[in-house]
Amino acid sequence: MNGTKFALLLMLTGAATFGAAWLIGNAYVFFAGYVVLQYIALATAWNVLGGYTGYVNFGTAAFFALGAYTTVVLHKLTALPIPIMMLVGGLVSGVVGLGTGYLTLRLRGAFFSIATLALAVVVQTLITNWNFVGGSRGAYIVRPPTAPLLGIDYIQYLFLIMLLLVVLVLATARAIERSRLGYGFATIRDDEVAAEASGVPTLRLKLLATTMSGAFMGMAGAPLPYYVTYLDPASGFSLAYAVNGVAMPLVGGTSSWLGPVIGAILLGTLQQVATVTISSALNLLIVGLMLVAFVIVAPNGILGLLQDARERFRRPFAGRSQA
Amino acid sequence: METSFDLLSNAVVSGVLLGGFYAAVTIGVSISFGMLDIVNIAHPAFIILGSYIAYIANATFGIDPILAAVVALPAFYLLGVAVYQIYYLAFERRGEEALRGLAFFFGLLFITEVILVLVFGVDYRLVEAPYIGPTLHVGAVDLPLRLLVPCLVALALVGGLQVFLSRTFLGRAILAVAQDQLALRLMAANPVRIKRIAFGLSIATASLAGAVLIVIQPVEPSIGRDYIGRVFAICVLGGMGSFAGTLVAAMTLGIVESLTATFYGPSWAPAVAFGFLLITLAVRPAGIFGR
Amino acid sequence: MTPGTLLEVSGLGKRFGGFVALESIELTVAENERVGLIGPNGSGKSTLVNCMCGTLRHEMGTVRFAGRLLDGLSAHERTRLGLARSFQLPRPFNTLSLADNLRVPLLYSGRHGGQPIDARCMELLHMVGLADKSDRLPRDLTQIEMRKLELARAMAADPRLLIADEAMAGLSHGEVDDILSLLIRLNGQGVTVILIEHIMRAVMHFSQRLVVLVAGRKIADGNPTDVVRAPDVVRAYLGE
Repeated sequence: MNGTKFALLLMLTGAATFGAAWLIGNAYVFFAGYVVLQYIALATAWNVLGGYTGYVNFGTAAFFALGAYTTVVLHKLTALPIPIMMLVGGLVSGVVGLGTGYLTLRLRGAFFSIATLALAVVVQTLITNWNFVGGSRGAYIVRPPTAPLLGIDYIQYLFLIMLLLVVLVLATARAIERSRLGYGFATIRDDEVAAEASGVPTLRLKLLATTMSGAFMGMAGAPLPYYVTYLDPASGFSLAYAVNGVAMPLVGGTSSWLGPVIGAILLGTLQQVATVTISSALNLLIVGLMLVAFVIVAPNGILGLLQDARERFRRPFAGRSQA
Repeated sequence: METSFDLLSNAVVSGVLLGGFYAAVTIGVSISFGMLDIVNIAHPAFIILGSYIAYIANATFGIDPILAAVVALPAFYLLGVAVYQIYYLAFERRGEEALRGLAFFFGLLFITEVILVLVFGVDYRLVEAPYIGPTLHVGAVDLPLRLLVPCLVALALVGGLQVFLSRTFLGRAILAVAQDQLALRLMAANPVRIKRIAFGLSIATASLAGAVLIVIQPVEPSIGRDYIGRVFAICVLGGMGSFAGTLVAAMTLGIVESLTATFYGPSWAPAVAFGFLLITLAVRPAGIFGR
Repeated sequence: MTPGTLLEVSGLGKRFGGFVALESIELTVAENERVGLIGPNGSGKSTLVNCMCGTLRHEMGTVRFAGRLLDGLSAHERTRLGLARSFQLPRPFNTLSLADNLRVPLLYSGRHGGQPIDARCMELLHMVGLADKSDRLPRDLTQIEMRKLELARAMAADPRLLIADEAMAGLSHGEVDDILSLLIRLNGQGVTVILIEHIMRAVMHFSQRLVVLVAGRKIADGNPTDVVRAPDVVRAYLGE
């Protein structure tokens, strides 16, 4: 299947998703669906760097919140359509990703990861101290009841926008996997010295991956203020983004674009359903425990487990001897 | 003029005291990350755990927090041994420490924090001890005991570890593991066993570091993350595993932070640590005292 | 640089902290030459390779390749200029199939001509006898097959100069001969080769010129049969 066909198929799936949500006709479906879609975008964005090149970003919340707060700033300055704000938010987060990468990516991967952890704390400190965006008190965004042009309910409009972003991010991720760039990323994950010796410009590719990954996270965060209508640092930089950003790809499987999607749908839906019955802290504890359990027991995630099962199905006698 | 000099000298002195405390917080990471090459980003979470142990002992039984931490040292050592055993079996042995090993420690950091939130909530907790409150005055310089005692505990901790590493067979084996695992194997010592002991020690320091943290400031579960940037900045700047380097780097950061807080406002302190970390990584990744 | 010279190393020095790994190394390799580089373990052979290929940065001296000063160029830029190397301990891309391992330099070295990449991958795998394993992962290979993959990947970068760093260690008599004839065939196609090797039979058979490193210094450079008889070299290898 080539890239165009895949993108078309994605769009069809997207249209079907939107149509199904419309048919159910329950406002909560759009409300909860938006969060799951947002997590698909975030998890896939994380995987472009983490899964493909092997560099671990712990600062998902920071890149995501930078996108969200860019929207708060823009909202205060001038009225712009949300897609434009997403582009600007993506730009801001992408530049921060590039900067962090530029300073730390010449070193071992662990230093990049540590820097992203520290970055998350610092960006939150800066936003909390910045009165223009509401500081620690937070900022209110007045959401129009209906969307421009389409005339549909605003939450449905946000759902649609996030759906389009997911299509864009997934199409990009899959295109990378099958391209020259994807091979380059994989060699960085496997052995950087050997990659350089094979002519791969490792630093440039790593910077490209951090920028792209950061930009997608920022884009995913940009519509958030309109979704929540009140944004404060505690919710924008919520631990949920930090841990889900890492847990979803690793639980789903990092080797292909499908893994983060599986992880995001599974963990995202689980959390949306569970919030009704249990506290959000307990919810996050479950995600954290799943993350640790998966990296220990199933290092290739659900995707890896599925592949193993398929192997066994195809060669039914291969695994018998152990039984 | 005189007042601003007093302000300056006070800022420098409290920076030095703060730096001593930072050394206690960092010394565990200097062992795990600096010597054993284990990127234990969950270390600050273990420190917060130490704070809460000291808090429970103090609030329930009225025990001195630092004494409580000393009593808890063996338990923290065993916790460290257990964590290393899992880490070794699941990641180090398979050569997967880079991506999944990091995610494992991130998961631990996170789980510890969430459990503390579930048990204690997000309220700030504090301890009571005779040295919290009084201040010594030396000339125009104030020496709050709340900062002085942690600094002395930290110096004792770092000094004790230094003596242990340089004077005992086990200590020298740990230094050898940091240098060259092959040589150690030739000495017929098992590097995994040595690393397990050393990692246990690194987590044991979190008990004391946690107690002095809650002496210095009230603690809630998420403040551990505030220390990640500081701790790794100090570890790297101090030359990855050099105790003397860690001490000097910790004091330097303490002074810079204290000056920033005095002259620009305390809300900028975390940004200072991050700036420190980035500049260190960008300019001198081998640290000031690096080899 | 005299005409016909492909590689010129002059005054090259490298330290690790206080340890001097290489000291004022002079080395010239002519176009299409076959040079052997020998020396005891720890004499600096691999360090020299790493400095020439840009994997390590050296403090002193210069490296010129095909008339260009390489100092400051990163490893991938040197590969693109036509300077390829194999690693002493094979470093395959573990999550990529054998064919994809070779695809990387074909895609990235910028030295691949018009031939379809898939065909070229198979041709290279054929050359080293791994064609039937093209879609396997490196972990399925034996140590010896791993060395062959390593060599094939270096060749996939279509180099003007190939540095083979102990490509034959651990190989059987017949396999050494296979690799040797492969390298000689490659040399016949115009590729200059530096061979770093411990197996003296292979080195003597292969090299038109022999260079000896001891303790980070070059102590001999010349006709192989003369060099191995030189008193300095004998002393370095057999002890006083």
